[in-house]
Amino acid sequence: MTLTHGVDRAFLAGRPPARETTETCLEVRDLNLFYGEKQALHRIALHIPRRRVTAFIGPSGCGKSTLLRCFNRMNDLVDGVRIEGQVLLDGEDIYAGSVNVVNLRRRVGMVFQKPNPFPKTIYENVAYGLRIQGVNKRHVLDETVEKALRRAALWDEVKDRLHDNALGLSGGQQQRLVIARAIAIEPEVLLLDEPASALDPISTLKIEELITELKDRYTIVIVTHNMQQAARVSDYTAFLYMGELIEFGDTNTLFTNPSRKQTEDYITGRYG
Amino acid sequence: MKKGTPSQGWFASGAPWVWLNAAAVAVSIIMVAGLLLLIAVRGMGHFWPKDVVEFTLPDQQRLLGEIHDSERVSLERLRHAGLEFEAADADDRRDWLTRYLVKTGNRDLTGMDFRWLLETALLAQRRPATVVTVERREWGNFYGYLDALLRDGEVVARGESAWAPLQARLEQSLALHARIRAIEKKEIGALNAEVERLRLRQRRLELEGAYTPARQRELAAQRAALESRYAVLQRQLETLYAELNRDTVVLKTADGHALSLPLAKVVRVYRPNAMGLGEKLRFYFAKLWEFVSDEPREANTEGGIFPAIFGTVMMVILMSIFVTPFGVVAAIYLREYARQGLLTRLIRIAVNNLASVPSIVYGVFGLGFFVYFLGGNIDRLFFPEALPAPTLGTPGILWASLTLALLTVPVVIVATEEGLSRIPRAIREGSLALGATKAETLWRTVLPMASPAIMTGLILAIARAAGEVAPLMLVGVVKLAPSLPVDGNFPYLHLERKFMHLGFHIYDVGFQSPNVEAARPLVYATALLLVLVIVVLNLTAIHIRNRLREKYRSLEQ
Repeated sequence: MTLTHGVDRAFLAGRPPARETTETCLEVRDLNLFYGEKQALHRIALHIPRRRVTAFIGPSGCGKSTLLRCFNRMNDLVDGVRIEGQVLLDGEDIYAGSVNVVNLRRRVGMVFQKPNPFPKTIYENVAYGLRIQGVNKRHVLDETVEKALRRAALWDEVKDRLHDNALGLSGGQQQRLVIARAIAIEPEVLLLDEPASALDPISTLKIEELITELKDRYTIVIVTHNMQQAARVSDYTAFLYMGELIEFGDTNTLFTNPSRKQTEDYITGRYG
Repeated sequence: MKKGTPSQGWFASGAPWVWLNAAAVAVSIIMVAGLLLLIAVRGMGHFWPKDVVEFTLPDQQRLLGEIHDSERVSLERLRHAGLEFEAADADDRRDWLTRYLVKTGNRDLTGMDFRWLLETALLAQRRPATVVTVERREWGNFYGYLDALLRDGEVVARGESAWAPLQARLEQSLALHARIRAIEKKEIGALNAEVERLRLRQRRLELEGAYTPARQRELAAQRAALESRYAVLQRQLETLYAELNRDTVVLKTADGHALSLPLAKVVRVYRPNAMGLGEKLRFYFAKLWEFVSDEPREANTEGGIFPAIFGTVMMVILMSIFVTPFGVVAAIYLREYARQGLLTRLIRIAVNNLASVPSIVYGVFGLGFFVYFLGGNIDRLFFPEALPAPTLGTPGILWASLTLALLTVPVVIVATEEGLSRIPRAIREGSLALGATKAETLWRTVLPMASPAIMTGLILAIARAAGEVAPLMLVGVVKLAPSLPVDGNFPYLHLERKFMHLGFHIYDVGFQSPNVEAARPLVYATALLLVLVIVVLNLTAIHIRNRLREKYRSLEQ
């Protein structure tokens, strides 16, 4: 692990500051979110670059998952939530009245903290999103399922038991299956909500390697508790605290030379 | 007081409660097992061929019969009842006497089936091997001796030598009888159904004012064709009946009264005292098979109960077909779509209270709403040609199963809601995050995962519905249904027909039959069968549920 860590760091350190050279995929403008009377997010504003990995870090309850769930409107499902401000995906406000939430969620995939495969076969899990879109042709499904599983680095492990129940897989395999399920419908953005927090170290390593491979194709936003993980896998990092965005920038810079005192305190372990 | 005395420690350890619980469970199990054992022993003994005893009474009268029961009665009681006793009996220093309940049969001759005989009033008992028991289509059993076998009035064989030819003739007569039944029920039944269809067609045409001469000729031609087919069958039946009525058996009672009995009226002749164990066993299982596979005879006290088994199972299956979609849809709306508030709370309370309404009230509702209102209106709209005879506006299996579906829908709703609430949020979110709508998520993921809970609801519903009798008496159950709700005549499934039900059959045989004493073992046997049917229905449902559970094992890690 340390080796990968070192390689990643060197890789990151060798990159030119990329912020200006990448286009913005998701833009958050002045976002406030309330659970009933309680305000959970305060005036968040940030640009998430396309085909890069952006990490949200911060102590428990700081609002990083809540912010992530704003990007595919999963917060709509919670009673009593009120959202002000805008989230722009490719320049369009996803909270505008004309937006079809179902289409939005097809463009913005999400993977949750605990692996949540459906109690169906491995094959049907990956094909789920396509079937919902009305794709039922056998060869299209076969092709897509294989491609998604290969990209999720799971194909070799499951190719002989595609029609077994997905719940028979290990936790790490289940999480990669869920990633395969999300990328099978070719989203632009992939939201990962603490994808490795329920997994053992080896599975975690595999997920992290997978994230590095996937960023060539997808814009990835990852929420993590684990600062080393953020440092290892992400290009950009946002630090949130008490529902406010404290600092956002190049991962390397943020971890080696934070500009805010609170960020420094957090990454050096003084609280959180 | 010192803390921790042995008894205190024993109480504190919780051991007494464990023992109490264990005792309660043990008592329940013993009661269930005991109940089943009781009805099994009482019911299943009925089919065993009992020995026939010849009693000689003090006046030298002879009597044949099966001993069904015996009890000890006190002399006091007998004296009170006005019986005189000889000094010899009274001096016996016995305060108690035994008396036997004897099934003497021969109801057509003596007017009664059963007699109580006091042991002191019996001079002798013997079991002659030549006694025959004759099971008849009417008048119950006959006990006596074989005298002669006649064919076309000529004696074929006399006395004991008639036994072998009698068996052969009886076999032939039973085959003829089965053939006659088949023609009467199947072929003539089908013709009758067609005649009725023609009549209704004519009536409909008349109502529509379209009964033109051309149509008249067409219908008349069809009717004539049916009549000629009927005439052919009628001729066949006549020859069969003539053949059937050629044989007669002459029997003698113990007193020497002769009785000549057409073989057509005989179901079975056997010599119980001469049967070996193997023969008795074969007889026993033949009777048992007749019981579960045949139709009832003689006001339900003889023969089988197949129509009742069929009716019970079919009604339960129909009820399941009605109640499952209705209950599931209601539960989905209540749990997933309705805004949770005062109104949904009130509806839930109302649903739960529905489960505690006495079932007879459902029967009254079913009769008033389903039968008279719904059925009556359907008749007026869709079956005007049959009026004033009702088609659906009369109690029948459709209304009975709908009434029971209404009775059991709260159970299904509650169980389904429970199941829906147990589906992990992560699963729903996972599906929604893939771009599924709420309905797609429900249909593709949540409902399959809730299906074991739905099956649990259905199991409870079946358990309740299969044992329910009171409401059925109002909406479709009858003592004797002429035909099953499923037969070979179009449209094959006759949901408007009345049906027989095991629960009602128990009540009818036990309390409404002309021969309660004879029917008592049948009550037990039918009860056992009802329990078995419910157990089989439940086990099937439980098996399906367990397979679903295995399939949709949820994410409990």
